[in-house]
Amino acid sequence: MNMLSEAPPADPQVDGSGPAIRIAAVPRRDEATSATANAEYIVELQDVSCYYGSFRAVRNVDIKVAKNAITALIGPSGCGKSTLLRTINRMNDLIPSYRSEGRILLDGQDLFAKSVDPVAVRRRVGMVFQKPNPFPKSLYDNVAFGPRINGYKGNMDELVERSLRRAALWDDVKDKMKQSGMALSGGQQQRLCIARTIAVNPEVILMDEPCSALDPRSTLQIEELMAELKRDYTIVIVTHNMQQAARASDTTVFMTMGDDRAGYVVEQARTIDIFTNPKNQLTEDYVSGRFG
Amino acid sequence: MTAAAPTATPPLSPIATPFEPALARRKLTGTLFYGACLAAIGILLLALAILLFDVLSRGLPWLDLQFLTGVPSRRPAQAGVLPALVGSLEIGLIVGLITFPIGVAAAIYFTEYARDTRLNRLLQTNISNLAGVPSIIYGILGLAVFVRLLQLGPTVMAASLTLTLLILPIVIIASIEAIRAVPSAQREGAYALGATRWQMVRRSVFPAAAPGIMTGIILAMARAIGEAAPLILIGGLGFVTFLPSPFSAGYTVLPLQIFDWAKRPQDDFASISSAAIIVILVLMLLLNGLALVVRARLSRHIQW
Amino acid sequence: MTAPPIVLTRRRPLSERIIESALFLSAVLGVLTTAGIILVLAAQTFEFFFEVSPIEFLTGTKWSAAIRPYAFGILPLVSGTLLVAGIAMIVAVPLGLLSAILLADYASPRVRTIVKPMLETIAGIPTIVFGFFAINFLAPQILQPLLGKSNIGTFSALSGGIVVGLLVTPLIASISEDAMRAVPRGMREGAYAMGATKFEVVRKVVLPAAVSGIMASIILAMSRAIGETMAVSLAVGDKPQLTFDPTESVQTMTSFIAQIAIGETAQGSIQFKSLFAVGAALFVITLVLNLISGWVVRRFRTVY
Repeated sequence: MNMLSEAPPADPQVDGSGPAIRIAAVPRRDEATSATANAEYIVELQDVSCYYGSFRAVRNVDIKVAKNAITALIGPSGCGKSTLLRTINRMNDLIPSYRSEGRILLDGQDLFAKSVDPVAVRRRVGMVFQKPNPFPKSLYDNVAFGPRINGYKGNMDELVERSLRRAALWDDVKDKMKQSGMALSGGQQQRLCIARTIAVNPEVILMDEPCSALDPRSTLQIEELMAELKRDYTIVIVTHNMQQAARASDTTVFMTMGDDRAGYVVEQARTIDIFTNPKNQLTEDYVSGRFG
Repeated sequence: MTAAAPTATPPLSPIATPFEPALARRKLTGTLFYGACLAAIGILLLALAILLFDVLSRGLPWLDLQFLTGVPSRRPAQAGVLPALVGSLEIGLIVGLITFPIGVAAAIYFTEYARDTRLNRLLQTNISNLAGVPSIIYGILGLAVFVRLLQLGPTVMAASLTLTLLILPIVIIASIEAIRAVPSAQREGAYALGATRWQMVRRSVFPAAAPGIMTGIILAMARAIGEAAPLILIGGLGFVTFLPSPFSAGYTVLPLQIFDWAKRPQDDFASISSAAIIVILVLMLLLNGLALVVRARLSRHIQW
Repeated sequence: MTAPPIVLTRRRPLSERIIESALFLSAVLGVLTTAGIILVLAAQTFEFFFEVSPIEFLTGTKWSAAIRPYAFGILPLVSGTLLVAGIAMIVAVPLGLLSAILLADYASPRVRTIVKPMLETIAGIPTIVFGFFAINFLAPQILQPLLGKSNIGTFSALSGGIVVGLLVTPLIASISEDAMRAVPRGMREGAYAMGATKFEVVRKVVLPAAVSGIMASIILAMSRAIGETMAVSLAVGDKPQLTFDPTESVQTMTSFIAQIAIGETAQGSIQFKSLFAVGAALFVITLVLNLISGWVVRRFRTVY
């Protein structure tokens, strides 16, 4: 089954309230190839396992994430994709019973080393969540939150504007900066969350099903945004939506749950290969919809 | 791929990073704050411990059977706490018995019957305000209405009715919470079978809310037993050497007995005051324990 | 033989309507109570104002109800009340808030099993016990050694304020903790994900979002402290004087009411009527505070 041969999506209605960037008519096949071919691996997971207490949720994962590319993590519900994602920026440290094994290298530095502070990791590895979670503060304060905490010494107004432009939100909200972040629509809230994430200039942006709470139009806008953002950042996205992975990512990692209820990586390859020519039967079964 | 450039496209290079995270300083502030939180808990724990230790060390030596079964006396060594204890228990019981039907009835009305009209919202606000009125004001009300107007005189009955008014708002609020916690699926199921509203409430909602309601009532009873201020105005302070009964004049309760003895300068009176404090603390402990047991036993019968 | 047809139309049965009326009456009891309080206080205060001018009552700086020459300026009682309540807030707000923050964001389950019962225990101890603690331990063993016997006696506003602060701390802690727990987890995660320390998440995200509940809890605690009778009656003494010196013995509105009630004051005497007038003032103050608390919650509530 070749999803990439379907007709390209129609352009959305431009009524002045969407992003200024138009939806691409053709999937980015060439860029995907070039991205993985000459990539440095900015993030490497080596033999990573994740435990909640004595329960092993993820086992022995090896993943290589290429720089300035979009890597998608797909798989059926409950196979540990989100757990794995949250391990990369050490968000799971907030759960008392959690521990992990293995190494995660960011630019060659092991994030699990004793000397590494999770708080420092999270500035370099940002995260956008499934349900948009803006603060009940003004839009300006939402975006400025991260920089302020991290001691930004430059011009805050300029940084806020730049971040909102990059998130394709500036034109919508530039007159309403004092409005509460919660007053925006779902898609706008998510773009606000993206803006504040990039305001602290991370190297990697993790996205945990960022579009699952959004309507299709907002979803397309976010995917288009991701394509822009990968020029400057590396993106790892967990998604339930195979079509989204096929549309938007350069590399795909397929995970599933084993009989011991621990998730593991079945296959990692270029997105086109995963969807058109997977090496593993399980992968073939999943992407053709036989389970999941 | 085409990307229309609208108003100025941002530069392609990553954002320059004049960040000074100052992580060490921020973590230090956090640790100091955590220390302050622990210190606060420590202070509270220490205060509580000292209070209990002081009371126990003073009172335990004086707590014997004679104390528990005797009556007050001018001489501390012969004083006993029985009239006060009996008074407290009588009042607690009567208060519980009266509050239960009225409080639950009002709560059921507010949650199941009342439409969202202005009147009903006002009634509810009124109950919340009543919960915040100082207890001694209830004493003033009780004096005027129960002692004088209804001619009950300074009796256990008047005291019980006064305290009922005091804790009724609390019971109503707690019962409302318990009833609201019942999932609407329970109600809908009953209606779907053709039950009238009252049948639904009596057979479906009330049993489900019962643990919460009973807990609320027992805790409110504990509160009533611990309250002394209103009873000062209902004649609860006196030298009572007989066992009070509901309708005859003259009674006392544990908190007021404690108050009476604590005001006297002699050390021995401080000691028997402590002993009485131990008695009332044990009573509170038993009531709170009863509330937990009742909750556990009633909850067992509910299966969602 | 077929079953008789089910009647689909029928008037709501009489029993249902009787039940609804009964429930409604229970709810209305709340209104009756409020009406009763207002009537009783107003009537006697009105009579009081025949003998003492309202201006003197509200603005006079000398209060002497028992000793001639009589004076009925309420300001010394108000200042006593505010002094004690103010000290209580200074104690309760930090202890209560830090405990709440600990419980909401910092505490491991093990710490919770110590802290929550401790707070509930403090809340469950009858207030008279705190009064006893004040005069038998706090004043002689801590305040006097610390500040000198010549500077502070057994009875003082400081002693009363400290114990009242201890006893309202659980109120602030539990309401504030609820308010902080209501802040959605996603909001905290968003802040953590940008590299915030736990203290920063609490300070910049959780507390601002929970601020309306926290403020309401503080106002409610203040109202409770103002209305507290038994602990202050024992702890602060009975010297009505207009002062803000915490080492002085003062008299609060509530302890004055208690004093008059305890003494053998004749009904219809001016002293007795002054009790109602002071009660009215107390009622008004606490009512206003409770209304402000409700308004604060509605006005500043964070919408998630």
